[in-house]
Amino acid sequence: MNPSPPAASPLDELPRVRRDLLPLALIPVIALLGVPLVGSFSTWVTLTFAGLAMGMIIFIIASGLTLVFGLMDVLNFGHGVFITLGAFLATAILGPLAGWTTSERILLNLGAVLVAMVAAMILVGLVGFLFERAIIRPVYGQPLKQIMITMGGMIVGEELIKVVWGPQAIPLLLPAGFRGSILMGEAAVEKYRLVAVVIGLIVFAAMFWVLSRTKVGLLIRAGVQDREMVECLGYRIKRLFIGVFVAGSALAGLGGVLWGLFQQSVVPQMGGAITVLLFIVIIIGGMGSVGGCFIGSLLVGLVANYAGFLAPKVALFSNILLMVIVLLWRPEGLFSVGKQ
Amino acid sequence: MSEPLLQLQGVHTHIGAYHILQGVDLEVPPGEFTILLGRNGAGKTTTLRTVMGIWSASEGSIRFEGQEIGNLGTPDIAQRGIAYVPENMGIFADLTVHENFVLAARGAKRSADMDPKRLAWVFELFPALRKFWQHPAGLLSGGQKQMLAVARAIVEPRKLLLVDEPSKGLAPSIIQNMVQAFRELKRTDTTILLVEQNFNFARQLGDRVAVMDGGRIVHTGTMASLAGDEALQQRLLGLSLASHQ
Ligand SMILES: Nc1ncnc2c1ncn2[C@@H]1O[C@H](COP(=O)(O)OP(=O)(O)O)[C@@H](O)[C@H]1O
Ligand SMILES: [Mg+2]
Repeated sequence: MNPSPPAASPLDELPRVRRDLLPLALIPVIALLGVPLVGSFSTWVTLTFAGLAMGMIIFIIASGLTLVFGLMDVLNFGHGVFITLGAFLATAILGPLAGWTTSERILLNLGAVLVAMVAAMILVGLVGFLFERAIIRPVYGQPLKQIMITMGGMIVGEELIKVVWGPQAIPLLLPAGFRGSILMGEAAVEKYRLVAVVIGLIVFAAMFWVLSRTKVGLLIRAGVQDREMVECLGYRIKRLFIGVFVAGSALAGLGGVLWGLFQQSVVPQMGGAITVLLFIVIIIGGMGSVGGCFIGSLLVGLVANYAGFLAPKVALFSNILLMVIVLLWRPEGLFSVGKQ
Repeated sequence: MSEPLLQLQGVHTHIGAYHILQGVDLEVPPGEFTILLGRNGAGKTTTLRTVMGIWSASEGSIRFEGQEIGNLGTPDIAQRGIAYVPENMGIFADLTVHENFVLAARGAKRSADMDPKRLAWVFELFPALRKFWQHPAGLLSGGQKQMLAVARAIVEPRKLLLVDEPSKGLAPSIIQNMVQAFRELKRTDTTILLVEQNFNFARQLGDRVAVMDGGRIVHTGTMASLAGDEALQQRLLGLSLASHQ
C-alpha cells in the first residue's frame, strides 16, 4: 500500500522518523569481538558463516513462536516438535528423490530440496492446525496449564515420531551440489551454509513484506500490541491467530528441513534440544517482535559457534549470558512491542 | 421519540467476583448526542465495554437497531456498525498514523481504498493527523493520540460511536479542539454515546444525558434541563465534578 497523504503544504514537512537501529549494530559488534577471541582469521570466517547460517535457521523456526506469543500470550513449549517432524519428513522425501539429490546437476539438487521444503511446510502446517485445535485452544489464557500441556504435546509428538521412524538417528545427506566448501581467501565456507543464509534472507524478506505491506500483516502487528482493540475494530483475532499459528508451524517445519540438512542427521530429540535456544532468542528480541527475533537469532547463532569453538562445554551458557546482558540493557528485549 | 438505536434493559455485568453493573437501563436515540455522566467508578466504562461485548452481560438485554446483540462477540458487534474509542485510546503505537487508519477502515485493503472525501473531512477535523501521517502513532502527543482514536472511529461511516472520556488528561486548548470536532460530527447526525466526567465538556455537546452511580442509571433527561438546574447537578454529580471543571 502506498501511503501518500492528500496534498500537504510544504510547511507541514517534518523530519523523517528515526528508526531504532542500535540493536542491529550488535551483530557486527559480536562478530568483531569474535576476531581476537578466535585468533585465526580464516577460522573466524568459517565460524562466522556457520553462525549466520545457524542464526538464519533459528530465525525461521523462532519467528512463528514469537508471533504466537505476541498475539495470544501463548507460550508453546511444543514448538520443537514441528522442527523434528519437518526434519524427519525431509528424510522421507529426499530418500526416494535420491536420483535428484545425487545428480551432478545442481538444478535437480535444488529441486529435491525445494520439494522437501514445500512438502514439509504443508504437512507440518497441517499438523500445526490440529495441534492448535487439540492442545492450545482448550487452555487459552491459562499460562500454567499451557506450559504443561504444550510440553506434553511435545513429548507425545516425539513418541509418535519414534513410532513412525524409530528412535535411532537417521542420516540426512546433503544433495551432491551442496556438499563441500568454497574457499574465501584461506577460509573454507561450507556451501550449504551459504544456501541456508540465502534461504533465511528470502524468508525474512517475505515476512517483512507481509508484515509491513499487507493488511493481514498490519493486523498481526496491531494484534500483538492490543488484540482487544483489533476486535473492537471488527476483526476476528482468533482466526488471525490460527493463521499465524499454522504459518509459524509450517516455518518451523521448513526450519527442521534446513536444520536436519545442516546437521546431516536427524534424531527424535532434535526439536526439544533446540527449544531452550528458541526461547532465548525470542526473549532477546523482545517477545512478539519479528525484527528482534531476527537479530536475536543471528546473535545466538554467532555466539553459539564462537563459544562452541572456544569452550564447547559452555556454549549454551554463553547464550544465556548474552540474554542476560541484553536484558540488562533493555529489560523487555531489543525491541519492545509496546503492549497495552 | 423514535425507536432507540441502542437500548440496554436491566443489564448486569460481573467481572470476576464483582457485581459491577446492577441493572442498567439506557436508551440512545438515533441522531442524538447522549452523554453518560457519573463519578469515578460509577460503571460508565464497564457499560461501554459490555455493549462492545468485551465483558458479557450476565443478565438483561442489549439491543441495537432492535436486534439483540448481547450474545455476539466483539468483532460481530463492531461489524454491525458500532465504533468504540476506549478510555486508553487503543492506539497501535508501533504502527504509523496511516496504518492505524487503514486498520480502522475495514473496507480498505490499502490507503488508496479509503474514501478520499471522507479522509479529507477527517483531516479537516484533525489537521495534525495529516501532518504526522507517516509517524509511528506512539510518538504523538496525548491530544493527538486522542484525535487519532476518534478519527479511527469515523474514518468510515458508522451508525453509533461509543467514546470513553475523550477529554481525560488533555490540556484545555486541546479539549476545545475536541469539542469543535464533536460539534462537526454532530452536524452530520452521527449518533454518539459519550462518557464524561468533565461537565463543562459534556454541556457543550450533549442533547441528552444519563447519570450513572453504583452500577445503575440514576437520572436521564435532556442536557438543557440538567445544565439549567444547579441543584440537580449538585445532587447528581456532587463534589466529584468540582475537581473536574
Ligand atoms: N477489570 C476489572 N476488574 C475488577 N473490577 C473492575 C474492573 N474494571 C472495573 N472494575 C470496577 O468496576 C467499577 C466501575 O468501573 P468503571 O466502569 O471503570 O467506572 P467508570 O468508568 O465509571 O469510572 C469500579 O469500582 C471498578 O473498580
Ligand atoms: Mg471509566
